[in-house]
Amino acid sequence: MMMMLDTLRRFWGRKMLYRMKISLVLQILIGCINTKAQANSFYNHVSQILKYCNSRCLAVVPQGGNTGLVGGSVPVFDEVIVSLSSMNNIISFDKVSGILVCEAGCILENIMSFLDNEGFIMPLDLGAKGSCQIGGNVSTNAGGLRLVRYGSLHGNVLGVEAVLANGTVLDMLKTLRKDNTGYDLKHLFIGSEGSLGIVTKVSILTPPKLSSVNVALLACKDYSCCQKLLQEAKRKLGEILSAFEFLDGQSMDLVTNHLEGARNPFSTSHHNFYVLIETTGSDESSDKQKLEAFLLGSMENELIADGVLAQDINQASTFWRIREGISEALMKAGAVYKYDVSIPVENLYNLVEEMRSRLGDAANVIGYGHLGDGNLHLNVSVSQYDEKILSQIEPFVYEWTSKKRGSISAEHGVGLMKANEIFYSQSHETVQMMASIKNLMDPNHILNPYKVLPHSITS
Amino acid sequence: MKIMVTVKRVIDYAVKIRVKPDKTGVVTQNVKMSMNPFCEIALEEALRIRESGLASEVVAVSMGPSQCVDTLRTGLAMGADRGIHVEANDSMYPLFVAKILKKLVEIEKPGLLILGKQAIDDDCNQTGQMVAGLLNWPQGTFASKVVLDKEKQVATVDREVDDGIETLCLNLPAVITTDLRLNQPRYATLPNIMKAKSKPIKKFTPKELNVDIKPDLEIVEVTEPPKRKSGVLVSSVDELIEKLKHEANVI
Repeated sequence: MMMMLDTLRRFWGRKMLYRMKISLVLQILIGCINTKAQANSFYNHVSQILKYCNSRCLAVVPQGGNTGLVGGSVPVFDEVIVSLSSMNNIISFDKVSGILVCEAGCILENIMSFLDNEGFIMPLDLGAKGSCQIGGNVSTNAGGLRLVRYGSLHGNVLGVEAVLANGTVLDMLKTLRKDNTGYDLKHLFIGSEGSLGIVTKVSILTPPKLSSVNVALLACKDYSCCQKLLQEAKRKLGEILSAFEFLDGQSMDLVTNHLEGARNPFSTSHHNFYVLIETTGSDESSDKQKLEAFLLGSMENELIADGVLAQDINQASTFWRIREGISEALMKAGAVYKYDVSIPVENLYNLVEEMRSRLGDAANVIGYGHLGDGNLHLNVSVSQYDEKILSQIEPFVYEWTSKKRGSISAEHGVGLMKANEIFYSQSHETVQMMASIKNLMDPNHILNPYKVLPHSITS
Repeated sequence: MKIMVTVKRVIDYAVKIRVKPDKTGVVTQNVKMSMNPFCEIALEEALRIRESGLASEVVAVSMGPSQCVDTLRTGLAMGADRGIHVEANDSMYPLFVAKILKKLVEIEKPGLLILGKQAIDDDCNQTGQMVAGLLNWPQGTFASKVVLDKEKQVATVDREVDDGIETLCLNLPAVITTDLRLNQPRYATLPNIMKAKSKPIKKFTPKELNVDIKPDLEIVEVTEPPKRKSGVLVSSVDELIEKLKHEANVI
């Protein structure tokens, strides 16, 4: 138990700037189930745990894959950890509609493998897929690499089963595409990071797996070319566009320097920006023709300086590894301050440039992200955590984002890290309403305290 | 000197292969097809030799249905100068490929013929050896290093064999088949993809080349390999010996 505690504390400590003291932690693991009868008994387990904790005013923190980036799943003081990891069964899958029902502890990559056998894919994909769990994905409204094509979880999640703070089980686990009967409460649990209830089951709509996937890695000379390329891609590639990611030259250098086996496909020249485009369609030859025509046209219009088109699945994975490996490379490079913002596309890169000039030689500032969704992942890489550097970054980054009416957390959520900063992106009235809902659903404030809502409101 | 390289269109290396329910073969419908990885390495080597000034032209050859043209286009996009497509809708077994190659060699007269050591769909590892025999040319198979000497008209080939590395000296013209460690193939860049569109691809049929490709092999059945049984934990050495003796029958 103590070793697990230490692991939980240290693992989190590396991502975050805080080193928290945990005096007593009880980790409850819910064992695996084989039959439906047993299944129902588990929801009773979560329900009983919460009912008891609520009666004793014991705080609870739900945990899934522990891949969150804002401290949302970490105990702050004396919370009881409720780990959903053992609830990892796939309950049902309808091959006609593509609707999957599974438990919250299923690891995303495992669900993807299961669906692959059936000829379907998950509507979301992220770098943490090997560890993150679907319950956590839903609770944080995870975005990921394919949002530009399949939309957000608010659209793809058809139903949720959640347990409230007082142990009440809300069975909203429908497998219907359309259901306009009353208030659609499941949306309260999508993105509320475990502060309104613990998600125990999810029903999700999965798209069919299409056979023709093409990936291209392109080099652009400046950010405005990346932007124009996005506009052109949305028009010329239209319905087959499935991912549009960007990374700057500094990100590429970081990956090639720190990640084993990663090499820059444009080894002979250095470029300022790279764009990764993926198309997914049903007809290999027509998709390839469309993509080639778009790329050659963009080259003639000087939107692209150079580009490579993957000729097989292996090459495609190599390109993706460059983009998905940036987080890993950052960890290897030392300490990192991570920010995830949504800003109008024209201004997106300005934040990186301003941060770079603010910090100068003290840090390596890199920018990359889901350009297709206007989402920038700003990362400041330093050799060691340093309060002086942090003071240069915050609150500047939040103020800057707020001025552009952007979001201080596009997809990572608010967790512990940004709870007090929520006002940069939400009005006081809105936050007050959030607090009222919290008070209604969790009057004793036992669910994931100190997270999501500012301490000034919840204390 | 001209270099001729064969490129085969196969099921992509990363695809999970499924056997057809009627056991006549594997599922190829809606499955991603790509250039055989060993052929990519062969083409890359040919391009490097040309870039070092030791060859003037690289000709890529592919045999099979009309979709082989896609594979040839990839080869042209990597940098090959010309393509040759031998159109045939039947299975291309190594002996037929070798016979057709012999005819093409008589037409094109290359100084070097580079092939992948084997295709990942049939794993035959025969074509290079067979065509060398038919042409009576020296062969250096499983090449992990190739060094050409233009003056002496000789190729020094390091071969990966079970005992280690064997170095052979071959008089040109010769046949080389490539192994994994020979090189890392380049990507198809956009400028090259653009140039590839105007490069010519010549068509032939086996009939025109006077080669009979009626198969003398019949595939009787294709099945999946038996599923791996899970291991068993033993609690003592005695139990291990007991099981090795009476269950596995190995001692």
